[in-house]
Amino acid sequence: MSAAKTSAAMLEASDVTRTFMVSQGFMRGKRPLHAVNGISMTVREGEVVALVGESGCGKTTLARILLGLLPPTSGSIRVGGQPITGLARHEVAKLVQPVFQDPYSSLNPRKSIGSIVALPLKVQGGVEGRETRRRVEEMMELVGLARRLYDNYPNQLSGGQRQRVAIARALVNRPRIVICDEPTSALDVSVQSQILNLLQDLRRELGLTYLLISHNLAVVEHMADRVAVMYLGRIVEQADTDTLFRAPKHPYTEALLRSVLTPEPGLGIPDTHLGAAYPNPLNMPTGCRFHPRCPKRFAPCDSVAPKPLGDGGTFVECHLYDPQVAQAAA
Amino acid sequence: MGERVLTVEDLRVDIPVAAGMLHPVQGVTFHVDRGETVCIVGESGCGKSLTALAIMDLLPRSAKRTAMRLELQDQTLDGVAEARMADIRGNRMAMIFQEPMTSLNPAYTIGNQLEEAILRHKPVSRKDARKRAVHLLGRVGITAAEQRLRQYPHQLSGGLRQRVMIAMALMCGPALIVADEPTTALDVTIQAQILHLLAELQREFHMGLVLITHDLGIVARIATRVVVMYAGEVVETGPVDEIFRAPRHPYTQGLLACIPVPGKTRRGERLGVIPGMVPSLVGEMPYCHFASRCPIVIDECRAAPVPLTSEGGRGRRVRCIRAADVAAGALQAAGTAA
Repeated sequence: MSAAKTSAAMLEASDVTRTFMVSQGFMRGKRPLHAVNGISMTVREGEVVALVGESGCGKTTLARILLGLLPPTSGSIRVGGQPITGLARHEVAKLVQPVFQDPYSSLNPRKSIGSIVALPLKVQGGVEGRETRRRVEEMMELVGLARRLYDNYPNQLSGGQRQRVAIARALVNRPRIVICDEPTSALDVSVQSQILNLLQDLRRELGLTYLLISHNLAVVEHMADRVAVMYLGRIVEQADTDTLFRAPKHPYTEALLRSVLTPEPGLGIPDTHLGAAYPNPLNMPTGCRFHPRCPKRFAPCDSVAPKPLGDGGTFVECHLYDPQVAQAAA
Repeated sequence: MGERVLTVEDLRVDIPVAAGMLHPVQGVTFHVDRGETVCIVGESGCGKSLTALAIMDLLPRSAKRTAMRLELQDQTLDGVAEARMADIRGNRMAMIFQEPMTSLNPAYTIGNQLEEAILRHKPVSRKDARKRAVHLLGRVGITAAEQRLRQYPHQLSGGLRQRVMIAMALMCGPALIVADEPTTALDVTIQAQILHLLAELQREFHMGLVLITHDLGIVARIATRVVVMYAGEVVETGPVDEIFRAPRHPYTQGLLACIPVPGKTRRGERLGVIPGMVPSLVGEMPYCHFASRCPIVIDECRAAPVPLTSEGGRGRRVRCIRAADVAAGALQAAGTAA
């Protein structure tokens, strides 16, 4: 973990925004939806950084931007130290690869396992017939898939095996960074643990850097060195995993942690102390975007947007921790 | 506890498929008292959802249900004509599904559907039905209930829709609610809120609640008693604290070792795994269903069907001939469970 702090930045986002124009219906104008709204983050070599947040917070949009699949409206991305705008699509793909949530829809049902895993090699070129097969089989073995499955089809595989195929496909070109978007959410718990173990092993063996997107905080705590908490398009708190779990600062982080149902009988269902439902992102709350649900809101929260407090790696975006705001309110 | 609301004894479901006869539920036995929450937990394909559908008599047409006893309070549910069943379902027992969008009718307003739920069963006026709908929407935490009644399902968020489903289930004041993965489609903070609400309502209305889930965290926090299912069978059942403190079936113990627990499992440490796959439930399997994946399997496990036997009182029952060894740490000795 400490080594990661000094190592090179593999993935950097600086003040990235992405706005979608959303139609309001027939004959009505379009309105902007700020899916990602001014995000800066750095993932260093060898680190596992987790991005947590609820549906609609923009975490998947951010992932697509970092993969080079979606250009940001403003801000810049650097991959492996180079600006993403200066890299061709296949060059980005060589550095960053995704693993998606649902191994049922992310694999082409009409292609054999071998050809699914081989596809990135074909796209990148430079690898010939027999060498392709050798590299694919080597990768299949590494992720725990029997070689005899080479000519099988996805529908002949279990969910866990399919996710292994997706991982093999992501790793066959030896990328430096893997963006795992809810990699185990669609899997049973006994299969989830196998995939998490595999991801840990591969990280060590291949020296990978992970950006892990998940809503499962127990998984995040187990896997990540650092955690970024997203809410309505912004990172509201970021800290190393131990600090964040031991002493969360942002009221939203507190609520998220309180919602974790650990398998301990007798503790009952926690009260999250969260008010109203998730706001409509088209109708962003004024001031702090979390204030309508915040149990700790006070005077400035509904009018003034909080600024990130802290350094680049550890920060919180909440008026409670701003001495100036607290003084003015008192 | 209280009055018995649900008795399930030797429930079986058989479905003819191309390869032969599928037996997804094989002799499930449990009961629910008033004021109790019984969680049925297991992984996909263990038969937990089909058990719920079988209780509600909502199985697919091709499926055949049999049971020694299947009773709601003093009313048998076995061999009851569909017309009679339709009077019981939604009235004396109600079901909440995983995805509220597919169980609400998109063409009718929330108010219309809530009122219908009670008008179908009770001799009340539409005005009184509306009153009850407003009252219950308020009770499940929906503000501006009067306005919500005029809205359509698509105008509500997933969390709100699930609250509407809960209100709908409560309209007739049922003795039993069966909830199948009611929070799986929801965000974590919403999940906690919905479960909190369910637990509160269950106490307030003094109902029996059957909650079906794959999430051991939910089970630990909400259950009075637990039914662990594997490959169509109940493998272990008992009070929640005992199941979690001292699991006696290798599957239960293995499952608990698989999940990361903040503050307990160390970062980067390997999680427990259950190698292998769930066996096919087509055809007969006259021996332990977990044998192919069990780290402490012995020859006797494959010799005959394993009965669900009482273990140390308090309604604790385990389907394993090595239950005593499991309790004594046989899996840890075999080096599989963390």
